[in-house]
Amino acid sequence: MTRASQQRPTPPGVGGGAGPTAPEGSARGGAVGGAVGAREWQQGHPAATPDGATTVAATRRAPALTAGARGARHAFVAGFPSLVLVAAGLVAWQWFVAATGVRPQVLPSPLRVAEQGWAAREQIWANTIPTLQVTAVGFAVSLGLGWVIAIAVDFSPWLRRALTPLLVVSQTLPIIAIAPLLIIWFGFGLLPKVVVIALVTFFPVAIGLVEGFASTPRAATNLLRSMGASRWQRFRLVRLPQAMPSFFTALRIGITYAVTGAIFAEYVGATAGLGIYMSLQKNSFRTDLVLAAVVVTALLSVTLFALTFLVQRLVIPWHRRG
Amino acid sequence: MAPPRLTLDGLLKAYGDLPVLDGVSFTVGRGEFVAVVGPSGCGKSTLFDVVAGLEPPDGGRVLVDGVDVTGRTDAFAYMPQQDLLFPWRTVLDNTTLGLEVAGVRRRAARERARPLFAEFGLDGFEEARPGELSGGMRQRAALLRTVVQERPVLLLDEPFGALDALTRADMQVWLAGVRARFEWTVVLVTHDIREAVFLADRVVVLGPRPTSVRREVSVDLPRPRDLVTITDPAFAAAEAELLGSLVR
Repeated sequence: MTRASQQRPTPPGVGGGAGPTAPEGSARGGAVGGAVGAREWQQGHPAATPDGATTVAATRRAPALTAGARGARHAFVAGFPSLVLVAAGLVAWQWFVAATGVRPQVLPSPLRVAEQGWAAREQIWANTIPTLQVTAVGFAVSLGLGWVIAIAVDFSPWLRRALTPLLVVSQTLPIIAIAPLLIIWFGFGLLPKVVVIALVTFFPVAIGLVEGFASTPRAATNLLRSMGASRWQRFRLVRLPQAMPSFFTALRIGITYAVTGAIFAEYVGATAGLGIYMSLQKNSFRTDLVLAAVVVTALLSVTLFALTFLVQRLVIPWHRRG
Repeated sequence: MAPPRLTLDGLLKAYGDLPVLDGVSFTVGRGEFVAVVGPSGCGKSTLFDVVAGLEPPDGGRVLVDGVDVTGRTDAFAYMPQQDLLFPWRTVLDNTTLGLEVAGVRRRAARERARPLFAEFGLDGFEEARPGELSGGMRQRAALLRTVVQERPVLLLDEPFGALDALTRADMQVWLAGVRARFEWTVVLVTHDIREAVFLADRVVVLGPRPTSVRREVSVDLPRPRDLVTITDPAFAAAEAELLGSLVR
């Protein structure tokens, strides 16, 4: 906006200058409303998602991570208070363990977790790969399904009424009870884990897309209709790009759920993976290695989370928040 | 005698039990600029939706050059209140949207829009994003997107309603000038009487809802019009006459 006001060329025929005597018309309220409208339009519409709190958090964090070349530094500055807090927590934890002499089977010190985790790095890495694979496959299935369902719902009001309640129901299933059944039904392979991840992440993705499509202003739809656009053209030219910001918000929520879902599915039963690794280490009272695997899981989630911003910049470079 | 470019013939429209259009009839000649004014909420926008073929009327007809085009969109290029420039397209690609929808190849569409950029004060902003434009420029880009479709009638729905007063005055003077060079047939909806008098050859006054044409006022002011025009006694007279018929 600022660049425009500086570079704005004088339109032909305006030489007369627009003084206070110009036919200025009524400025009542219209200008303010219009300005606000324009800003909303540029920012896109934050998605309504099942987890309001998460969305707000993701939206708030977004400016720090999408701000381009300054992004990394900006993110560091923005993340600095968290780092200080984490460091303080670790120091307090270390001190507590040393002071009370609590047994490492109950509570290992952070240093011990790091030490033992590093010593077991090959084992942990060997279990990280399957978890990543399961996450990728499961989330890919979830994304594919989410897109198909969301597009179908967008095109058919009947399907919208038919499927929306089912989407909500899919989110109320107690995964903790379902997961072991899935193992019984589908065995220890990839399938039950993919199903768990899909069940957990499918909902935010589908809803994010459906709401994104629906956030298309009515006026934009009418504009396209006045141009003679078909339903498919309206979808391709407006509704699809319009939904992208909300899709990426949903993607961020989904990807973090996906990792957690994968770990959980593996925890219940698997031949390899961080989930089953944690379960085995817990059974042999290696609390330190459980926590080391937890750290790896967290790093994995954060990396994937950050990756979505990279993808977003590539796919919708026009979208800037704030 | 050739039929008028645009004829509205007794348009009726109700939303449920709420009658909005109660037999709206008027004509617009070829190359004529007609402004439609009316009290707030009288149904101006509904009238446009019906004329543009976005909403079917409950009765009445819309004719272009004597041909019934009721419910059809292809005779009109429609400019809504918001500029509705899409942030994922460059300014140039925003202006070619209507042509692309109509099946014109992207490259050909660009070649049709590009020559208009200078006239519309957008020279050098072809590859810019809409967010880089000022409010007035956005509105001009939206108008360019409208006229490049080369439809018989332009429907402008309060195109400057969202602009600040000074930008708005700029835009009105610019539109009066550019319109003199192109032979557009324009119907402009506005709630701004001065804008109507300044831009139009004729002003159609609508009554309160359910609305119909209350009166028509010809604006006999010389063209091209500029800021001096508004000091013309005829300008004040037309303005007073319209205000009188609206407030009464």
